[in-house]
Amino acid sequence: MPDGLRRFARNRMAVLGAIVIAIIVLVSVLAPFLYPKGAFSLAGQPLQPPSLQFPLGTDALGRDVAAGVAEGARTSLLIGIAAALSAVIFGAMIGGIAGYYRGTVDIVLMRVTEFFQTIPAFLLAMLLVVILSPSLLSVIIAIAAVSWPGIARLVRGEFVALGGREFILASLGLGASGPRIIFRHLLPNCLSAIITVGSLLVATAILLETGLAFLGLGDPNIMSWGLQISAGRVSLRTAWWVCTFPGIAILLTVLSINLVGDGLNEALNPRLRER
Amino acid sequence: MSDIVLDIQDLTISLPKGADRPSAVTGMNLTLRAGEVTCLIGESGSGKSLAARAVLGLLPAPRVRVTSGRILFEGQNLATIAPRDMAKIRGARIGMIFQEPMTALNPLHRIGRQIEEVFRIHTTLGRAERRARVVKLLADVHLPDPEKIARSYPHQLSGGQRQRAMIAMALALEPKLLIADEPTTALDVTTQAQILHLIHELQREHGTAVLFITHDFGVVADIADQVAVLQKGVLVESGPRDAVLNEPQHPYTKALLAAVPRLVVPDRPATEPGLVVLEAIDVAKSYAARGLFVRGRATRALDHVSVQLHRGETLGLVGESGSGKSTLARAMTRLLGIDSGDIILEGEAITHLAPRAMRPHRRRIQMVFQDPYASLDPRQRVADIIAEGPIIHGVAAKEAQARARRLLGLVGLDPSAADRYPHEFSGGQRQRIGIARALALEPDVLVADEPVSALDVSVQAQVLDLLADIKAKLGISMLFVTHDLRVALLICDRIAVMRHGSIVEIGPAAQIFSAPSHPYTKALFDAVPGAAWSAHMPVPAE
Repeated sequence: MPDGLRRFARNRMAVLGAIVIAIIVLVSVLAPFLYPKGAFSLAGQPLQPPSLQFPLGTDALGRDVAAGVAEGARTSLLIGIAAALSAVIFGAMIGGIAGYYRGTVDIVLMRVTEFFQTIPAFLLAMLLVVILSPSLLSVIIAIAAVSWPGIARLVRGEFVALGGREFILASLGLGASGPRIIFRHLLPNCLSAIITVGSLLVATAILLETGLAFLGLGDPNIMSWGLQISAGRVSLRTAWWVCTFPGIAILLTVLSINLVGDGLNEALNPRLRER
Repeated sequence: MSDIVLDIQDLTISLPKGADRPSAVTGMNLTLRAGEVTCLIGESGSGKSLAARAVLGLLPAPRVRVTSGRILFEGQNLATIAPRDMAKIRGARIGMIFQEPMTALNPLHRIGRQIEEVFRIHTTLGRAERRARVVKLLADVHLPDPEKIARSYPHQLSGGQRQRAMIAMALALEPKLLIADEPTTALDVTTQAQILHLIHELQREHGTAVLFITHDFGVVADIADQVAVLQKGVLVESGPRDAVLNEPQHPYTKALLAAVPRLVVPDRPATEPGLVVLEAIDVAKSYAARGLFVRGRATRALDHVSVQLHRGETLGLVGESGSGKSTLARAMTRLLGIDSGDIILEGEAITHLAPRAMRPHRRRIQMVFQDPYASLDPRQRVADIIAEGPIIHGVAAKEAQARARRLLGLVGLDPSAADRYPHEFSGGQRQRIGIARALALEPDVLVADEPVSALDVSVQAQVLDLLADIKAKLGISMLFVTHDLRVALLICDRIAVMRHGSIVEIGPAAQIFSAPSHPYTKALFDAVPGAAWSAHMPVPAE
């Protein structure tokens, strides 16, 4: 969609966000080469302030904070994208079925969706991780499980709105089957909305993951920003750098993703285009 | 009476970069006199609405603005006036009526309060006096029980009543100039006739100058004193009504007039009534009104209707909105379930077939829809849209695509259109694509639901020609739904007039036209705008 891309490029903040994300991706890819010993290895004296040798300082165990931030970027992006993607696929499936078939199916599926929405997302995610025992996969599953209802409601709403349009009736009149109408006509027409909301979901997923890791519910064998902050919080007053740099990384990532999401929304949403 | 109320001199309105032309209106000169109705007529995109908005200072600035020219009204130039001064004029000295009365009224406020607001803004009248004036105004526009109407909310009124309330509001302060932008386009013909009559009457009484925007020559014939024709932002012809309508000078005006369907039955060889192809027997359908706590009264959309469509004929379903004509058409194509009755396709009942069992029958009844913008999937290429039907019914994709390209030729489009997306086409072209999609399955019956009512009159004529041509060439039967009697007479062999979910009269087009037996049919014919003019309109030489 070169047209949409051009509109996206006109939004300076969104482009800035995209650049920051690109840098974060680059850092996470290069992390194994920059820090071949890994983020858990002891690099020097504990609690050293930022210096030339350790630009972001070291933590209470003498680990390099910079290495942690670089590896944490990989964790955050991996979990954020995987969780958001599974939430989008599952949510779109539920919402699509409810919105297309309506009737009893719709009522049942939407009540289930609401049930998930009424439980505070973070508590449910914590509960799921505890039940499944903390690991990379269980964190992804937990985050996806609390994120899909929004997508389901969105897709259902779009399907219901599109369902009355004449081109859907025309397809029905041609004798098209349900799956054909869903995959050929309905989904492509609400794809832009799904992409926009899905991209924002990545940011929420990263925040959830950080929160879980901060509470010690992340995968203990994988370095993440939440884990770093959790480890550094006891020495917050004496060694500010241990918590601050992962915190800035979270802020920048989430902010950039939100900017890109807004940019996508503006570029893809026909109602905002007229401005 | 020849005092000039509004004088538009050399008006040019620029459009933003990337629009289809640099300016919406170019060098327009127009003079409006007191006590006269001036009709500004043009096709969609001609700039007629923007010209009216420029007078009101309501252009969507800064992208669209007046770049040169003057709009003189009561000694002031409205093109350069300060917004604060304009606000004093708007509503007080210039009244306005819009196309869609539902969106122009605030749904949260009572009618009386909205009209009262005009007085509150522009006058110093006391509360009781304002109330009295409101009731008098509502009585002036012939609303029944004005006290009650003043206490009603917009959704409690019918479309015609809302438009009357809008007119009352526009005329509240006895403006010198009234601007009406397609005020009757959203209304039924019988309501339209009443509203036109009302505007005419009030304008004569008060000596108001009226700028009336329309696309319908019938309306022009009924209401105009002066006519101005806009073509792509250029005023190509203007003058007294009879001169423009009967002796048009500019080729564009001539072409537009030639495209207006006449209110006559064209000479056509009577078609032999063939066997019955599609039949509705005693079909009933109601829509349950849903409330939160109360079960509302059900609306009877179809009240035990029976109708037969013969092979090779075109049957018109004519009626006003809510008469059930579209519901009947959709029920007969099985796009809509029915409560009782039967739909018979060539001797076989298809009423209760499951989707899978229905599929082979779908091929034989195809539909053309009203809205050329909503009826094509915006994300599919034209070739895929047309080929979808044959692919569903088992034709190989390659073969279906080749057939789609051939069909584009049949409906008068270039085969290169196949690789483009719907948004690249005009309304008329899209409707041709919709027709090609319906024909791709080689149906026996074509159901056309208001296929031309969203189109400009010149495009309308072309699409109607195409439909008649295809019907003759392929020998298919057609069920043609329309609210426009002129169109129905032009294309239909038989006409069924519908009202409140039943058919009140059915018969050959010529008979319905010359000797309507039901009073409602007569009322419909009387309400057709410009009926008298249309009947003995000179046929242009070209």
